Amino acid sequence: MVTKTFKRPDGRKVDEMRKITAKVGIVPNADGSAMFSFGDTIAVAAVYGPKMMHPQHSQNAEKGTLRCQYNMLSFSVTDRIRPGPSRRSMEISKITEWALEPVVMLKDFPTQVVDVHINILQANASTRCAGINAAALALAHAGVPMKNLVSSVSIGKLDKQLVVDLIKEEEDWEEGEGATDMPFTFTPDGQLTHVQLDGKITPKQLKEAVELARKATAEIYEIQKKALKEIGGK
Amino acid sequence: MTEKNERKIVIPGEIISSGNDLLPGEGTEKNGENIIALKYGLAEEMNKLVKVIPLSGVYQPRRGNVVIGKVENITFNGWVINIGAADNGFLSLMEVPRFVNKDALDEVMSIGDMMVGKIWNINKRGIDLSLKSRGLGKIEEGLIIEVNPNKVPRIIGKEGSMIKLIKDETDCNITVGQNGVIWIKGNKIEDELFAKKAIHFVTERSFISGLTDEITKWFAEQKKENTP
Repeated sequence: MVTKTFKRPDGRKVDEMRKITAKVGIVPNADGSAMFSFGDTIAVAAVYGPKMMHPQHSQNAEKGTLRCQYNMLSFSVTDRIRPGPSRRSMEISKITEWALEPVVMLKDFPTQVVDVHINILQANASTRCAGINAAALALAHAGVPMKNLVSSVSIGKLDKQLVVDLIKEEEDWEEGEGATDMPFTFTPDGQLTHVQLDGKITPKQLKEAVELARKATAEIYEIQKKALKEIGGK
Repeated sequence: MTEKNERKIVIPGEIISSGNDLLPGEGTEKNGENIIALKYGLAEEMNKLVKVIPLSGVYQPRRGNVVIGKVENITFNGWVINIGAADNGFLSLMEVPRFVNKDALDEVMSIGDMMVGKIWNINKRGIDLSLKSRGLGKIEEGLIIEVNPNKVPRIIGKEGSMIKLIKDETDCNITVGQNGVIWIKGNKIEDELFAKKAIHFVTERSFISGLTDEITKWFAEQKKENTP
């Protein structure tokens, strides 16, 4: 690693995340809800259900269904994006489902569905990670049985340097080898539920990236835990 | 449950206790040596059994629960009732302890009517309701309010102490459905609204211990205000 001399655009250390805030119970009409933010990236998740799956032909008699909807609001980025589902948002919705499914005990509610709506209010990279973190909190808040929580973080490779929690400026890194973006999702006991890779990386550096992500998600988990315990009893 | 049990908030995946002297109950799971929570809520230990009382979430129907629901539909042999759970409730003709004209089910209950029923069976087809018990049937008049189903145990109180207190103080007849729907029936509308206020007082303070004393105090204050 090239550590010490490396300078990030916002002056953070290579293994330093942006300021994280988490809040549970922010959508009164939902069965469970949460907000999660990495600096300027803000995600709000609302959970509805378990409820009846409709239409009936989509029901699964063996286990429940987890249905995620990731949506970036039109004003979340500097250039207004067209509202509504896009190729990108549908892909991230599916990825979020896969990241959460291993911990949600879907066997407990056959034929039923849990709806998770994730909205990105403000985006500055790592939106899917903020979305997954918010969704995990919202699911717990909704009283959905879960084996564990999940925490997600993005690891980047700028030229040859690994950094934690990318911002937009770093995603567009063009010097040297350019930028590689890797979102990871871990359970607190260290199991991996989701990895993505956009770019190039050597197997050796990938291992380093996993370790970095493990450390960062442990930190995020503590913040998620605190957010859930704070609202307890209300 | 007379002595105060130590309750703590747990989150999914959190270890509640280790070792083999305790048994995992509702909302928990045994994982090797540890008992871990599967739900977000309050962990409680009673008679060597650890369970998690959920703090939020949708109503989970259980056999024997008294629930209040709304008639959604009428079929040839019964009524479809919305009880606020993931599944609809179904009240069969056979479970109504009176004569029903098979050609005119709506003479007994029509769409939109509220009713008090008891869950006698849950299967994968749905939830079967019954009216074969005292205090069950169609609601003719009164006030219906909705609260968070997870707060129902607090409204009822230990062995019904809380609800009995509210009933006595407000002079109303109150039926609390486990699904969070409450039916208040009093002689005057003022009494009913007073009971509603009392119930909301309880739900807002559901996390306080010694709530029954608190509400007794509240009733005394309210009385002073109303009779200057």
